Amino acid sequence: MNTFASSPSSAPAPEAPAASADGARAWGETAQAPAAPLVNGQVRPPVIEARGLSKRYGQHWAVRDLDLQIHEGEIFGLLGPNGAGKTTTILMLLGLTDPTSGTARVLGRDPWREALAVKASVGYLPENVGFYDDLTGRKNLLYTARLNGLPEAEARERIQELLETVGLAHAADRPVRVYSRGMRQRLGLADVLVKSPRIVILDEPTLGIDPAGIREILDLIARLAREERVTILISSHLLHQVQQICHRVGIFVGGRLIAHGSVGQLSQQLAGGAPLVVDVEVEAKADTARARELLQRVEGVSGVDTEPEAGRLQVRCSRDVRAALARTLLENGIGLVGLAVHTYGLDDIYHRYFQGGDAGEQRGGNAIRRPA
Amino acid sequence: MSSVAATRSDAPREGESGARGRPGWGAPGLVAVYRKELADHVSGWRFLVLSGLVIVTGIAAAYVAAQTLSDTLAAAGELDPFVFLRLYTTGSGSLPPFTFFVAILAPLLGIALGFDGINGERSRGTLSRLVSQPIHRDAIINGKFLAGLAVISLMLAALVVLVGALGLQLLGLAPTLEEFLRLAAFCGVSIVYVAFWLSLALLCSTLLRQTVASALTALALWLFFSLFAGLLFGLIADAVAPVTDPLDPAQVLRHTAWEANLGRLSPTILYQEAVQTLLNPQVRSLGPLLLEQVVGAVAGAPLPLGQSLLLIWPHLTALLALTIVCFAAAYIAFMRQEIRAW
Repeated sequence: MNTFASSPSSAPAPEAPAASADGARAWGETAQAPAAPLVNGQVRPPVIEARGLSKRYGQHWAVRDLDLQIHEGEIFGLLGPNGAGKTTTILMLLGLTDPTSGTARVLGRDPWREALAVKASVGYLPENVGFYDDLTGRKNLLYTARLNGLPEAEARERIQELLETVGLAHAADRPVRVYSRGMRQRLGLADVLVKSPRIVILDEPTLGIDPAGIREILDLIARLAREERVTILISSHLLHQVQQICHRVGIFVGGRLIAHGSVGQLSQQLAGGAPLVVDVEVEAKADTARARELLQRVEGVSGVDTEPEAGRLQVRCSRDVRAALARTLLENGIGLVGLAVHTYGLDDIYHRYFQGGDAGEQRGGNAIRRPA
Repeated sequence: MSSVAATRSDAPREGESGARGRPGWGAPGLVAVYRKELADHVSGWRFLVLSGLVIVTGIAAAYVAAQTLSDTLAAAGELDPFVFLRLYTTGSGSLPPFTFFVAILAPLLGIALGFDGINGERSRGTLSRLVSQPIHRDAIINGKFLAGLAVISLMLAALVVLVGALGLQLLGLAPTLEEFLRLAAFCGVSIVYVAFWLSLALLCSTLLRQTVASALTALALWLFFSLFAGLLFGLIADAVAPVTDPLDPAQVLRHTAWEANLGRLSPTILYQEAVQTLLNPQVRSLGPLLLEQVVGAVAGAPLPLGQSLLLIWPHLTALLALTIVCFAAAYIAFMRQEIRAW
């Protein structure tokens, strides 16, 4: 399974106690519980840490008071609309731009002062990654390997492995000029991994790729996180795609990180106290009012909202009373067609938080629906 | 640091990446960038086209010069001690001399190798990838400059040797040691001159966003210095020190001095004066030569190489300084730029 010679498989995968109710959907076989920062009962120091990190361009704060910790083995999604400060944050973490105030630590080092050490172990795939069009894919990677000071023979071997991993072995010796957008992106992933990084930072890795290509890329990223044992930071405005492989996400709007946690945690925050909402759908729309009266009397139910024209009810309850709800309705001869615990998806989360942000900045608007 | 080391124990990986052997003697990445750029230049069409142009015109000029010279040689019967150098400086009615072509066309090579050095990387999207590698940022611009310099040096040296070989063949004469040294000096001055245009082009490519804009700017400067600067300086000299009476030596001298000194603001004129002095040992002064200065001089006696060099020392210094200033400006601008500034 492990195709990477330089990544010994003896290291245990960062397994964490499963919190399966977190609402994050599985993506093929890549589903993984959020990585807990606990290993053998010890708290690991974060590999990426920001404290009060801020960057000002002129009068404009691109990033303001960012506090963030990312732990080893995590896939962290930095989500937000364009211009929210995601790329600026990344550049500060890489030491490519200096913070106006605050501190950043990457693998315990200051990226601005120890840029070379940080860059040696951090791979960065920039937005709109570019290659030397006249060189072949392999030669582009070889250049990166040389810049990283890898010995020639080792570099060639590793590049061949990486090209196979990202599925570009067949096109390795064709000039990058003929590559499709998706191929370039996959070459970009291989490029980032040439240096065997401990942290990989991907800026909008799915931009401009068709759905099948996106699926491939995300699959690849999740697999690399597992097999290469790297910590991954993904920035994206396409939350839908990225949430599927992220252990935790941070919502970034207007230079501020306004919420972070697993999708489940964010969902709970959004539910705001009411522990459980059950969506009920009845067969006949006319029954809606009667169903409401019946359900309100069920023990544990604190309130019922209705949408009579759709035959739908939202039942707020203190515990899971789905069985009692079903029984009540059926005993009273009301046809029940749907009964499910209402989960707040990233849609709701995104929408809720972005309302506070610059709504005009929202791209991929089709991905954002109002909460029902 | 120690805490990080501790966390590594549960994830054994290949040796500490910072400890990898890196070529470059404390300038990681410089050698890699240099090699890559060199390979790009040598296999690129720009280099082929422009060096082809310089070589073809240069050899044509030298060939015509050799024809003219062998006619003169046959007629005169007496040997000019520096006849080999004349190969490089003699023109015929139809074709200017070899040095003229180098002075005009070689800067184009410098421009072609440098005009998209930085902004080309930006527009391709490779710069952000490059700067996120563990190399110092200046390795990028240094490597590019050094690679360009290497290509220019190779090309010019090859050209001078090629023309020399042609001369051997056509004239049947070998250069003397002094001629050889003068040619080597000519080569050196030419390299510095073209390096000036290379650094100017790199400066344009650092400051301007579009590769087209930087190419056009560099070309405009080249056109100005090659063609119009001389005319412009003449006009300024006319305005500042007009010659109302062509028989008044004081006026004429003042005008000439103005024109000459203004001209020395132009790298092209500096270079041409330097080359003229180097390849023609008869040149004793770059300004007007007064009768009192030649009193006691042996008519027609050539200057030794040391004296010729002394004569153009300010020119060499100025050319070198211009190159360094341009490169330093490009270097500083590049180092201070935000990577995502555009």
